[in-house]
Amino acid sequence: MFQSEYHSDLFGRLTLSAIPYSNPIIMGAVGFSAFLGILILGWITQQGKWGYLWKEWFTSVDHKRIGVMYIVLAVIMMLRGFSDAIMMRLQQAYAEGAGQGFLPPEHYNQIFSAHGTIMIIFVAMPFFIGLMNFAVPLQIGARDVAFPFLNSVSFWLTAASAMLVMISLAVGDFSQAGWTGYPPLSENQFSPGPGVDYWIWSLQLGGIGTLLTGINFFVTILKMRAPGMSLMKMPVFTWTILVTTVLIMLSFPVLTATLFLLTLDRYLDMHFFTAGMGGNQMLFTNLFWIWGHPEVYIVILPAFGIYSEVVSTFSHKRLFGYTSMVYATIAIAVLSFVVWLHHFFTMGAGADVNAFFGIATMIIAVPTGVKIFNWLFTMYRGRIEFTTPMLWTLGFIVTFTLGGMTGVLLAVPGADYMLHNSEFLVAHFHNMLIPGALFGYFAGYSYWFPKMFGFRLDEKWGRRAFWSWLVGFYLAFMPLYALGFMGMPRRLFHYDNPIWQPYLLVALAGTSLIAFGIFCQGAQLVASIRNRASLRDTTGDVWDGHSLEWSTASPPPFYNFAKTPRVDTLDAFAHMKEHGIPYRSGAPFSAIHMPRNSWIGVAMGAFTFTFGFAMVWHIWWMAVTSILAMLVLIVMRANDKNVDYMLSAEEVARVENDIVCATPPATGGLANLDPITQG
Amino acid sequence: MFGFWVYLMTDCILFASLFATYAVLRHNYAGGPTGMELFDLRYVLIETMFLLFSSFSNGFAMLSVHRGSRSATLKWLLLTALLGLGFVGMEVYEFTHLVMEGNGPDRSGFLSAFFGLVGTHGAHVSIGLIWMSVMMWQLFTKGITPVITSRLLRLSMFWHFLDIIWIVVFTVVYLMGVL
Amino acid sequence: MHVNPAHGSSTVHGSYRSNTTGFILSLLLTLASFGMVMSGKFPASVTLAIIVTLAVLQIIAQMHYFLHLDSSPTQRWNVMVLIYTLIVIVFLVAGTLWIMYNTGIRMMPMPH
Repeated sequence: MFQSEYHSDLFGRLTLSAIPYSNPIIMGAVGFSAFLGILILGWITQQGKWGYLWKEWFTSVDHKRIGVMYIVLAVIMMLRGFSDAIMMRLQQAYAEGAGQGFLPPEHYNQIFSAHGTIMIIFVAMPFFIGLMNFAVPLQIGARDVAFPFLNSVSFWLTAASAMLVMISLAVGDFSQAGWTGYPPLSENQFSPGPGVDYWIWSLQLGGIGTLLTGINFFVTILKMRAPGMSLMKMPVFTWTILVTTVLIMLSFPVLTATLFLLTLDRYLDMHFFTAGMGGNQMLFTNLFWIWGHPEVYIVILPAFGIYSEVVSTFSHKRLFGYTSMVYATIAIAVLSFVVWLHHFFTMGAGADVNAFFGIATMIIAVPTGVKIFNWLFTMYRGRIEFTTPMLWTLGFIVTFTLGGMTGVLLAVPGADYMLHNSEFLVAHFHNMLIPGALFGYFAGYSYWFPKMFGFRLDEKWGRRAFWSWLVGFYLAFMPLYALGFMGMPRRLFHYDNPIWQPYLLVALAGTSLIAFGIFCQGAQLVASIRNRASLRDTTGDVWDGHSLEWSTASPPPFYNFAKTPRVDTLDAFAHMKEHGIPYRSGAPFSAIHMPRNSWIGVAMGAFTFTFGFAMVWHIWWMAVTSILAMLVLIVMRANDKNVDYMLSAEEVARVENDIVCATPPATGGLANLDPITQG
Repeated sequence: MFGFWVYLMTDCILFASLFATYAVLRHNYAGGPTGMELFDLRYVLIETMFLLFSSFSNGFAMLSVHRGSRSATLKWLLLTALLGLGFVGMEVYEFTHLVMEGNGPDRSGFLSAFFGLVGTHGAHVSIGLIWMSVMMWQLFTKGITPVITSRLLRLSMFWHFLDIIWIVVFTVVYLMGVL
Repeated sequence: MHVNPAHGSSTVHGSYRSNTTGFILSLLLTLASFGMVMSGKFPASVTLAIIVTLAVLQIIAQMHYFLHLDSSPTQRWNVMVLIYTLIVIVFLVAGTLWIMYNTGIRMMPMPH
């Protein structure tokens, strides 16, 4: 455990003892990660791909590239977050009675704190943001987002914050106060080390990135839709994203403020949430969940949007009840701001307050129910194709509904008094997040993968992954519902009730099955890349889709549409196909105004990381320099006249012609993954 | 422009959280001084005048931009910045004074909330001043271009927005603190 | 087709009159508020109600005269976004005050 009063001007409170030499598990993880990292970096170097990566990906302001990078980040962080999950399951399976497991409490606390933080902020958020980045501009017939440079900045802020969490493994430790960081535990008095600070800064800096994304996409969707696409003619996924951006914009500033106040407490000895001197700990809990509840709707609504797209596409029917879907989504968004107290029913408010929020929580289940029925009615009498995305969706519909019902149970304050912070709660929210959000992202990933890379994913491995995840989920979490009823609290590193152990062993088995599911997803990717010639998407419309993204090539040219489409109805592309309206235009083309790539986003990410690291370790000169550097970068960007260019009509014609003549590329290294690109 | 307006809305939420915090902690004196004992309303009125006048001069700056007069714009912006600097200066003096008396933000929950809320507003104004100096420099070196005009419009929105927030600050913190 | 949001949405210009009107109104409302409190002549509850009203009026005045918000079609989105933000702020602040008051009165009395 890290404890030191040491402070130097050069290194702040950072000393060599911050590296956890004595902990073999952590050193093993660090070693393994470093080894993997070196392997990957070495391979990139050996392939000579740094120039390509820098020019085509890192400095890109193209929403499609940024989207893919977000998803890559999400997947990497999922592996880390899942390792935490395995460790917890292993510990709980064996730490009964005389058995102590292998994790001391200080380490276990960091694991569950990191697990929650990573999974919600660095897996779920980047995953859907990546999908939304890729798909939304294409769906609305736009060429890019409203603020492409800001998009790049958002990504690198998120990546930098993720790196802060990762480096906490090797240097210092992470927070032990849970992903929710309640004071007074998260205050200096009880958590003097760098752990909580890592948590604060990774959330704070990542939160800024997310807020910027919210603003970016809100403006994009409202202002950059193709002509003729009124709001009620937008694809449902775009609708859910629009509403999600509203939630982001209205809730993330509360998180910013709350973390800021905790930061002031920790760094400047203030008393917002301290025990004593006029602090109010409940205020933190209250403010945190004013953000926290909309946050969970932020992660679920995009998944709902994906399910709508997938269900309608693979039932070969228009989505049932589009209007009610839209209104249900809006209702969920509005209501999500009046239910937050259900996260702390037991913390001392009176019956009247609890009743109000309990009732509001139950009401919010209704619009979700509307959506479920709409999906069912869409499938009814459709020609259902059980592709991988559809499987994920079906798994979601059944499992999420069960979990949703446990939510309604928890919404009863009296019941919640028994179940708050028990394993029942843990089962409930994982039931929402995994079959709810994560399955949605997996479905979206499988659904849009051909559009991103030009070839489909292997169905066989996809099915194996799905079934492993689904059965694994049930095995891993259904026992937790039972354990909750039996009185087992959450976050336990050890317990003395032997009756609980068999359930936890089943949960461990489930987790192993999920691990196999993740392996299958990796295998799926490898197999798909190997067989990409036979899995190639030659038409751009591999699923007979309904919305505009399917009218482009796979992958789309970097400018998306040579001519902005004109939209007349909902399901614009389906309409075009049905009525023989041409959707790929020919000559003459006009010049297109394009943004240039920029290295400044990457640099801002780098300085964000150094700033966060410096703040954690109290290296003040480094923090100040980082801020000044960012200011300089902003001014540099402001003075840069060379931020865009005109793509000539001839160039457009050339690219469009290449698309028409595209033949399957020769098999070769992974570098041939994206056949048609421009710098 | 719409994007920047939307960002201002998120800033509203940020301030709302700080106001809610202040409202909750406003009587947590921890045996320390109350607002009644600390706040000098005449001082705050002068501070408020600095900011209000700077909003007024900012309006003239924007009118000069639309008229196309670089020199007039620069003069009005300079005046705005100086008045803003006056506001910040007074606030810094007030804060320093409090800290030196031992009534800094570490004294009590109430004072933490006070410094947190008013300080965040002051920090926003300071960032606005930095932005304003960069804009003045850009205006000076490049003249009135469409890009600079739209940036000045955003800065102007930001500046007016801060004056609006200040209305709530002086009402809720200073005036109500003394009642 | 590239839409630059900076040019795409119309930017409304004010006038010398609106700038000055807004300023004078704000000045008067500010002086009224400060004057009322500083004079100490009015009962606290009345003063409270009035300074809150004056603040709201000044905010509306500044939004209209300085930020050019009105009911015109070009400003419609701005106004809608503002109203929705205000609704959420009301929930946030009112909810926080209600909850914190509720938990506060249920706390044990603290020795000071």
